[in-house]
Amino acid sequence: MTRAESDILRFSDVKLSFSGVKAIDGISFTVGRSELFAIIGPNGAGKTSIFNVLSGVYRPDAGEVSFDGQALLGKRPHQIAHLGIARTFQNVELFANLTVLENVMLGRHHHMRYGPLSAFFWLGRARREEITARARVEEIIDFLELEQWRRFPVGLLPYGVQKRVELGRALAMEPKLLLLDEPVGGMNVEETEDMARYILDIREDLDIPIILVEHDMGLVMDLADRVLVVDFGRPVATGVPSEIQNHPDVIRAYLGEVQST
Amino acid sequence: MLTRDPTTSRPLLHTSYRSDMALFDTRTKRNAVVLIVLFGLSLPLLLPDPDLRLLSTASVFAIGAIGLGLLTGSAGQISLGHAFFLGVGCYAAAVISGDPDGRAIGFGITEILIWLPAAGLVAAAVGVLIAPLATRLRGLYLAIVTLGLVFVGEHLFEQWRVVTGGARAGRPAPEPVLFGYPLHVDGLFTRQQQLFWLMFVLLVIFALLARNLSRSAVGRAFNAVRDRDIAAGVIGVNLVKYKTIAFAISSFYAGCAGALLYVIIGHVNPTEFNLLLSVLFIAMVLVGGVGTISGAIAGAFFITLLGRFTEQVGPMLPLISARSHETPNVFQMQNVLYALLIIGFLLFEPRGLFGIWFRIRNWWKAFPFSY
Repeated sequence: MTRAESDILRFSDVKLSFSGVKAIDGISFTVGRSELFAIIGPNGAGKTSIFNVLSGVYRPDAGEVSFDGQALLGKRPHQIAHLGIARTFQNVELFANLTVLENVMLGRHHHMRYGPLSAFFWLGRARREEITARARVEEIIDFLELEQWRRFPVGLLPYGVQKRVELGRALAMEPKLLLLDEPVGGMNVEETEDMARYILDIREDLDIPIILVEHDMGLVMDLADRVLVVDFGRPVATGVPSEIQNHPDVIRAYLGEVQST
Repeated sequence: MLTRDPTTSRPLLHTSYRSDMALFDTRTKRNAVVLIVLFGLSLPLLLPDPDLRLLSTASVFAIGAIGLGLLTGSAGQISLGHAFFLGVGCYAAAVISGDPDGRAIGFGITEILIWLPAAGLVAAAVGVLIAPLATRLRGLYLAIVTLGLVFVGEHLFEQWRVVTGGARAGRPAPEPVLFGYPLHVDGLFTRQQQLFWLMFVLLVIFALLARNLSRSAVGRAFNAVRDRDIAAGVIGVNLVKYKTIAFAISSFYAGCAGALLYVIIGHVNPTEFNLLLSVLFIAMVLVGGVGTISGAIAGAFFITLLGRFTEQVGPMLPLISARSHETPNVFQMQNVLYALLIIGFLLFEPRGLFGIWFRIRNWWKAFPFSY
């Protein structure tokens, strides 16, 4: 297999600016079909902007993104979701008034084929699809140990649980690529370890490639196959975790210039 | 050995997804709905005609309120243009069922099973035409645009005399004939009895359809658009499509309500479809409980019956006159009351009557540990 076929995502030379501020300034990377690829960098480096380009929320000024052989740029968010990219958000973006069950069910939205007419009567196709979806959703609820929260409106749940529900909603989409934006941001040690376990389980049981944006270096270095470091929208280095940890440019990006005396 | 069906004694225990996702997931709920419907159906035999007329009006308002509830409550698109869609539906029905030899145009098809769906579909089609505005605007901006719609509509209805009969004269309302049986003239039962049965049965049908819709993938997509539109897009909900569907369905309900509302009065004047009517629907949805079907129905009945209540009680109060040309009069008092209700519910009980019911129910559920 050539390198190109083994990649699920190719992100080439993408540029994105907001009225002169360069959020992404020529970043390229590829993600393999069963890879956990991490993107790290100081605050404001452009990590979340990369995710927003990938999920169609932002349109970059230049560059190309291809996912599973298809060009992504110019596609709308829901079209990209249909292609098989799921994501979570840095600040939980759940549907606060809906229950855990309904939120995760919404993840299966693009697997539902019935329209409003069928929904009005709740017969045949609508009922069948709803029950099938529910069975899949229950598997995910089981997988993420959310049983006890099933009927709670997510707005009332603790932050760590909300993060898990958001992951569940993304998994319900049965994606071909999962984007996790700071899955352990703001969590305590125990919650972080739980989340790390879920991420490992996703890789092992579901074999979904993951792009991970995270500030928790311990988590990144333990889980990631390869790491991309960005700073001020520019790529600093790409490599396996052990290379990145001792890379002089990375240390400079995080800690600043070493003063020569 | 267990001989009793465990689901009888434990109503919340479900043994299949199908029973868990059923429309009435507990026996109590189903029985309660059946009882209410039976009670409603028996009302024409118990109440005098003027009261039936009021309840028929409330039922039709409830159909319209369910429509606005789906758009504003479920899908989060604030619309002040509901009265406009009521007007569109009303005139579509009036034209189809109108007297071919009358002053305003009419095709003489009085079968309600034809003009009612047609009225809904015409209103829905206009809703789809308006929807592109909604897909580009949200919140207050959408409210302002739909507000404009009411004024454009009012002008149009007043000027388009061929269809509406003009501002002073108006035109006869659509005539409900079901399978050749005219419901709007005294027959086996009085006119008001027959009309109440018609409106009540239609309300039950429209309510069940809406309930099904809101627990389906479509209803969830509406909620997703309301709660977080960016996240909705990212998980695969086509925002433009679902806002359009919401507008179409809401307008369908409004169109049907508009067509039915003036059947009760028998005559329709184009000045009826004004901002006040739109605001009245907003009040119904807010007072009843945003985002719930039963709330919209409760709100519609509450507001309609409140109107009658103030008309009866108002004149007994000092200073309040029953004549509309004196100030202060009951009609002004009504409007003030609606305003106070909207403000009061928004401040103190945002979940409306449904929220109050919800709290009472939970209190009893937890009794005697109700804290």
